[in-house]
Amino acid sequence: MQTVKMVVTGPFAAGKTEFIRTISEIDVVSTERKISSDAERIKDATTVAMDFGRITVDEELVLYLFGTPGQKRFDFMWEILSEGMLGFIVIVDSSRPETFREARGILDTFRGYAETPYVIAANKQDSEDAWSPDDLRIALKISKDIKVLPCVANDKDLVKGVLLELLYSILETMDLEGAG
Amino acid sequence: MALKGNLHDFSITQLLNLIHLARKTGTLAIDGKHSAARASFREGKLVFAQTDTLDSRLIGMLVKVGKITVDQSKKIPANKTDRDLANMLVQAGLLTKTELEQMVRNNVKDVVDRLFALNDGLFRFEPNVLPEDRLWAEPPINLDGIIMEGTRRLKESEKLQEEIPNLEVTLRFTDRPDAKLRNVNLSVDEWRVVSYINPKNTVRQIAQANSMSDLQIRKIVYAMLQAGLVEVIQPLGMPAPVAVPGGRAAPPKAFASTEEKRSVVNKLINFFNR
Ligand SMILES: Nc1nc2c(ncn2[C@@H]2O[C@H](COP(=O)(O)OP(=O)(O)O)[C@@H](O)[C@H]2O)c(=O)[nH]1
Ligand SMILES: [Mg+2]
Repeated sequence: MQTVKMVVTGPFAAGKTEFIRTISEIDVVSTERKISSDAERIKDATTVAMDFGRITVDEELVLYLFGTPGQKRFDFMWEILSEGMLGFIVIVDSSRPETFREARGILDTFRGYAETPYVIAANKQDSEDAWSPDDLRIALKISKDIKVLPCVANDKDLVKGVLLELLYSILETMDLEGAG
Repeated sequence: MALKGNLHDFSITQLLNLIHLARKTGTLAIDGKHSAARASFREGKLVFAQTDTLDSRLIGMLVKVGKITVDQSKKIPANKTDRDLANMLVQAGLLTKTELEQMVRNNVKDVVDRLFALNDGLFRFEPNVLPEDRLWAEPPINLDGIIMEGTRRLKESEKLQEEIPNLEVTLRFTDRPDAKLRNVNLSVDEWRVVSYINPKNTVRQIAQANSMSDLQIRKIVYAMLQAGLVEVIQPLGMPAPVAVPGGRAAPPKAFASTEEKRSVVNKLINFFNR
């Protein structure tokens, strides 16, 4: 049996756990523990270990989704998580511009780990305050060849859409590499 | 779709850049701590701007450029819109169209210059809202020039802010600092900073110990980082340094062959498309 993995990353409270929970066939395994520092009070509980979701494609293929720990102080885990990933998704809370800078920083860090395809999920598009994917692209300085996709993390179709677009990007990258 | 936030998180430069690139039409409203401002755009070009620190009404502009006196200005009926008033003045031959355009243009630019000084405050972009009764810059003003001018002035502090966003980090000398330190000329201020460098002192503490502003300390630390004298130690809770271009060694191969990888990806695509 083959297992492949994708990494779901993004700033604190962007919607990583929700995203994985929506698509995973198992309860998302995450160590939720109360954290009470001021900056983190925004959410009652948060992931301190990591999220872990599983999708069984058939008897031979299983896809694992790993969510990176929300807090920056767990960034030592990022590199370990990213090893051997098929691609990664950067989830951004489109309604909180104060997190954009951090999102950009996380993106740059992950790009440094491996030259793996990735897409940006402009999450919380159901929120009245959400910036549009187009505006987010400019705000985060995402180049034209990278997809910025509308997302609502508990909407299964939109989550599937993000995963599909990442898969298409992976194929496109392979084609380019094959051709070049 | 909302486009709002705080200038602290998304600067005027970034906003103008976004409006320019996305060719937006509408009005940007800024409510700063000390002043409020509005700027309106048509297809990504500036047509109007006002701030409460500068009179952008036609009468105010006319007084400013010396076309009329304050006393005369008081006799002009207040119920006229700027557009109506401008038409009257031009028709009466008191103002040429070119003079009017020049005046409006300069005023809009003056306002935008002041916008660049704002670095805190709430902003909100109202799509498709334009001040129909006000005088617009004709032709609309291209934002790229304005952004260039604005960033040139801010570049240094902003770039430094980006390079060293966090002053809570600590520094350490890179290997064999003695050899390197001997080859560079350090200013007195730089030496003072050097004397405090150790993993126990954050950059902010060093700045405080030397009564340096954030900008001053950033400049010095940036220069020393660039020169390779020191490196940043990431304290717990801080983002990892941005990886060097080119990245690290490729991770162990998860697939025996490209064909295998392709087949796995296609399988996943079929699965999610079901
Ligand atoms: N309205 C809305 N709320 C969301 C969405 N995604 C996540 N949330 C909420 O945002 C909060 C943070 O989400 P979570 O998945 O825990 O963030 P994480 O820190 O990235 O794992 C939770 O209260 C979620 O219910 C979304 O697409 N729309
Ligand atoms: Mg989480």
